Amino acid sequence: MNPTQTTLLELRDAIAAKKISAKQAVTAYLDRIDQHNNTLNAYHETYADRALQRAQDVDADKVTGPLAGVPIAIKDNLATDWGVTTCSSKILENFRSPYTATAVAKLEAAGAVILGKTNLDEFAMGSSTENSAFGPTRNPWDTHRVPGGSSGGAAAAMAADLCAGSIGSDTGGSIRQPAALCGVVGFKPTYGRVSRFGLVAFASSLDQIGPLTRTVSDAALMLSVISGPDERDSTCASQQPRDYLAEVDQPVSGLRIGVAKQYISDTNDPAVNQAVDEAINMFRSCGAQIVEIDLPHTQYGIPTYYLVATAEASSNLARYDGVRYGRRCDDPKDLIDLYSRSRAEGFGEEIKRRIMLGTYALSSGYYDAYYVRALKVRRLIKRDFDLAFSSCDAILCPTTTAPAFRLGEKSDDPLSMYMNDVYTVNANLAGIPGISLPGGFTTVTHNGTPPQKLPLGIQLLGPVFEETKLLRIARMYESATTHHQVRPSL
Amino acid sequence: MTKPDAKLTDEQVQHVAKLSRLDLDPDQIHRFAQQLSDVLVHVAKLNELDVTNVEPMAHAMDVTNVMRDDEPQPALPVDDALANAPQRFDSFFQVPKVLGEGSGA
Repeated sequence: MNPTQTTLLELRDAIAAKKISAKQAVTAYLDRIDQHNNTLNAYHETYADRALQRAQDVDADKVTGPLAGVPIAIKDNLATDWGVTTCSSKILENFRSPYTATAVAKLEAAGAVILGKTNLDEFAMGSSTENSAFGPTRNPWDTHRVPGGSSGGAAAAMAADLCAGSIGSDTGGSIRQPAALCGVVGFKPTYGRVSRFGLVAFASSLDQIGPLTRTVSDAALMLSVISGPDERDSTCASQQPRDYLAEVDQPVSGLRIGVAKQYISDTNDPAVNQAVDEAINMFRSCGAQIVEIDLPHTQYGIPTYYLVATAEASSNLARYDGVRYGRRCDDPKDLIDLYSRSRAEGFGEEIKRRIMLGTYALSSGYYDAYYVRALKVRRLIKRDFDLAFSSCDAILCPTTTAPAFRLGEKSDDPLSMYMNDVYTVNANLAGIPGISLPGGFTTVTHNGTPPQKLPLGIQLLGPVFEETKLLRIARMYESATTHHQVRPSL
Repeated sequence: MTKPDAKLTDEQVQHVAKLSRLDLDPDQIHRFAQQLSDVLVHVAKLNELDVTNVEPMAHAMDVTNVMRDDEPQPALPVDDALANAPQRFDSFFQVPKVLGEGSGA
């Protein structure tokens, strides 16, 4: 078998059955990274020596577990006590974490081999991976286009088979949107399902770690490994992890799929609405009942999100002050100068913009008008979902309004970039799980260039802590389609 | 309650930059004033909604404070904690003078 042209699960089983060695698998991925990373810039750094040593330990049965020998990529906002943890920021360019994120430690405890760290928008703030101090990542389907973001490196690495599975983080869509634009599975679990310990904080009430994979079953397996309570994250849920994989192939009987008119907008790319229509038909043919639901506050998600997330970010990013770690400016004339110049030199433009917006929304005189009002609307958005889930098991909607856009197309217009997240932010505001699935393809041309095939994503949202059912529903869709089997030609 | 401003002036942005501890030049201030004003026009959409009697929701989950017994646990060794310090003195992070003349306070 070619270990880079398979699924995580198949590779895991082949290594366990010693049909292929972990060393062969890891070597094949490292070679493929060498071959394609110059073009894609999906990885910041790889840990070849460390990975090969781990692989040998797997082959010698010194390392075992449900992911033994499986090559995994992690987003570079997850702390590791080896290598650097940069968050794609100049301010953390040389930062070496003294500890490892719980999710990464759990992957390694399960036998996974960490190949390297993937590119992201600086501090996970962005929807294109263009806001990286180390250059943009390119979409494997069309290298003139963005992979989405902020987990764009993770999604591109997954789509290009530069890893067998990867983990990213999702604050407003940062797993699901790049998964959609790169044609892979991206799963944001319920808030608190996965420990955030060691995930560099962006917006603490919204951040959640999750997998980006080739298939739903791969995502189920990875979630089983990384989820569960953690005494080092007090917002982490107390529920014990489940074996999501064991149940994923059981179809849901009496299934009710909710469809909201607010998500099927005329302003969506027609191909996106068509992908959702096809999914509706597919579920109907499986015997599911299609239920019309109302999510009247959908359109308020973006303004709510960009106040809540930036307010939390302005507070979380106060720690980068040039004192304890990270970049410090030369010759500070006093402490305030040290703070202000270290931050101005170290943070990129978008980070500054969001810190400013959040600081303004929290500042004296504006706190009630902006921040508190946003928190009230956040409750209304959550109520919409609570009501909707009383009449359906999952909500079917697009992940994005359109396929991948071109590099530079939106980088001068922050607001139009923010609108990318219109169908994803509400899940974070409400804390509910959401999964983006390969939902088909569309063909685009640009200024007379040859027609280019680009992937589209469809999204399923479920009630809090109903990951098992959500994955089973996602698997029903996947098993009736072949979109996830199509790979970009590199 | 202060009425949200539709448009930010350069002076307001300068003030926010100061609160944010960001040393920005006048060009950046001016650019941010325009861009943040655009965003504020968009977020003003929230004013369409009647939120009377709606409780603010800072967190989606029903979380409560988590306590553990007050027993000493191993902490990060001092050298590990200081390993990333831009400047250290002995077992401390070193910064410019904070109090008195030349402190900027």
